[in-house]
Parts: sequence; C-alpha cells; structure tokens
Amino acid sequence: MSSSTIIAVVSILIAGISTSFGAIGPALAEGRAVAAALQSLAQQPDASTTITRTLFVGLAMIESTAIYCLVVSMILIFANPFWNHFIAENIGK
Amino acid sequence: MQLSPDSIIYWQSGPWKINSTILTTWALIFFLTLSSKLIARKMSAGIERSRWQNLLEIIVSNIEKQIVDVGLSEPRKYLGFLGTIFLFIATASVCTIIPGYETPTGSLSTTTALALCVFFAVPFFGINEIGLSSYLRSYMRPTFIMLPFNIISEVSRTLALAIRLFGNMMSGTLIIAILVSVTPLLFPIIMRALGLLTGMVQAYIFTVLAAVYIAAATRVIKPQPPLIPIKKENI
Repeated sequence: MSSSTIIAVVSILIAGISTSFGAIGPALAEGRAVAAALQSLAQQPDASTTITRTLFVGLAMIESTAIYCLVVSMILIFANPFWNHFIAENIGK
Repeated sequence: MQLSPDSIIYWQSGPWKINSTILTTWALIFFLTLSSKLIARKMSAGIERSRWQNLLEIIVSNIEKQIVDVGLSEPRKYLGFLGTIFLFIATASVCTIIPGYETPTGSLSTTTALALCVFFAVPFFGINEIGLSSYLRSYMRPTFIMLPFNIISEVSRTLALAIRLFGNMMSGTLIIAILVSVTPLLFPIIMRALGLLTGMVQAYIFTVLAAVYIAAATRVIKPQPPLIPIKKENI
C-alpha cells in the first residue's frame, strides 16, 4: 500500500468512527436533559420560560461536543491537511 | 464539494479576494443598518406608530428582557453589543431562504471573528464595571491555583463559541447539499426548515452565552464573612 492509500483509508475510517462515537455520548446526554426538563415542566408549569431557556442553552452546549466530532470528520474527509501535503509533495517530484 | 462559502470567489486581484463570505457579510451589514436607519428616521412616541416601528420595538424590548433574564440588570449598556450579534447571526441564517445565498456564518472566519469580539468584549465590560484590579483578581477565584485553568477556560470557550456556530451552520448546508443529490424532491425542504430553526436557536445561544460570560465578568463578588465559631456550651 502506498502512503496516499494509507492516509485515505485511515482518514475515512477515523471520520466514520469519530462521528458515530461522538454521537453516542451527546445523544444519551440530551435524552437525559430533555427527560429531566420535561419532568420539571410537568411539576412546575409556571417556571416553563426559565426551564426552556436553560434547556436550550444546555442542549446547545451538549450538542456542541457532537458538532466538534462532526467538524473533525469533515476536515478529515474534505480538507485533510496530511492528504493535501502528500499530494503537493507528489506533484513536486 | 466546498466546505465553506470562502471558496466561492467573485473577484480576485493578486492576494486580494472578494469571496461569498465577505460579500454576504457586507450585504447583511448594509441591509441591517439601512433598515434600522429607515425605521428610526420617523419614530413617534405617541400612540400612532408605524408597523415597522412596532417590529423594531418588539425586537429590542425582547432582547432587553432576555439580557435581564440572564443576569445583567442594566441591559441598555450591553444591548448594542449583544443585540448586534443576535441580529447579525439571526438574519444571516434566516436569509438562507434566498436562492443562491450562502450563509456567512457557515465559514469559520466569520464565526471566529464573532467569537473574538466576545473574547475582547468580556474584559472590556468587566473592567468598565468593576475596575481593573478586581477584574484581574477574579481570575484567581476561588484560589490562586485556579489561575491557569481560568485562563485556559477563557481561550477554550472562545474556541467553542466559534466552532459551535460554524459546525451547526456548515452541517446544515452540507446535509442539504448531500440530500439534494440523493432525494431531490421534498426532503431538502424539510431540512431547510429545520435549518432555519437551528439557525435561530444558534443565534439565541451565541447571544445568551456571550451575555452569560459578560455577566460572570461584571459580577461583583463580595468577600465572604468570617465564619463565626459556634459555642458548644450554649447548645
């Protein structure tokens, strides 16, 4: 296997793995957060505005970890610096 | 497939480029400034008022209310900064319904610029509010050991702000681009509607987080009262 093949294989594999594993944690966490928020909404409907606002901010914070994984895998697939470096080196030869 | 609107270049001369991000940002700035100028030109304090003035008042008073809810008791001081950020991001994501428009917040350079604004605004407002020495001392809370961690958190939350907005906007655009090639009939429209919702939520979150950071920097922390020893014989 040439180095470009190795880079391509590793990049694609890691992109898939990072997105899938990066989705597990935030999915569980968001489920728990929404469940807790629904419970407190049912108990205290008067505090709905505060609970909803805090929930949205919290969800965005949780979701951003998944987004980081997505950004990493997008960089690996579409803007891989190692791949670009290797291609540039090969053209230079 | 392009990852960001930075790669759509309209005009180039040497190292100077005008890409889609710059152009749409300029257009948005122009649009926001011009529309608020036009509405503010004939404002009235009486009962008779135009529809547009009502719209502007609803927006401004709601942003003010949200800032107060976050914990800044004087929203007028921060309205200029936080309101501008919110309106810019919200307009940038709502305008995605225009065909051929690429949202400038889908580019990492725009979101980094916005996050850097927050990064510099936090100490600015903090020093304005509680003075330089007590602002600097707030980095050493609760103890001196926390100083490096507080500085790291300052940098990392700026990074998180930039990446969060970029990731959300970019992923929305990317998902639609992929869906158009897979199921071009109806499904991209639904995802577009979802993207509008995500854009508004992200604009709100960016603003609220900036407000929370400013609120944390401007909070005056009172020195804790010394613990009173309880006399055992009285109990």
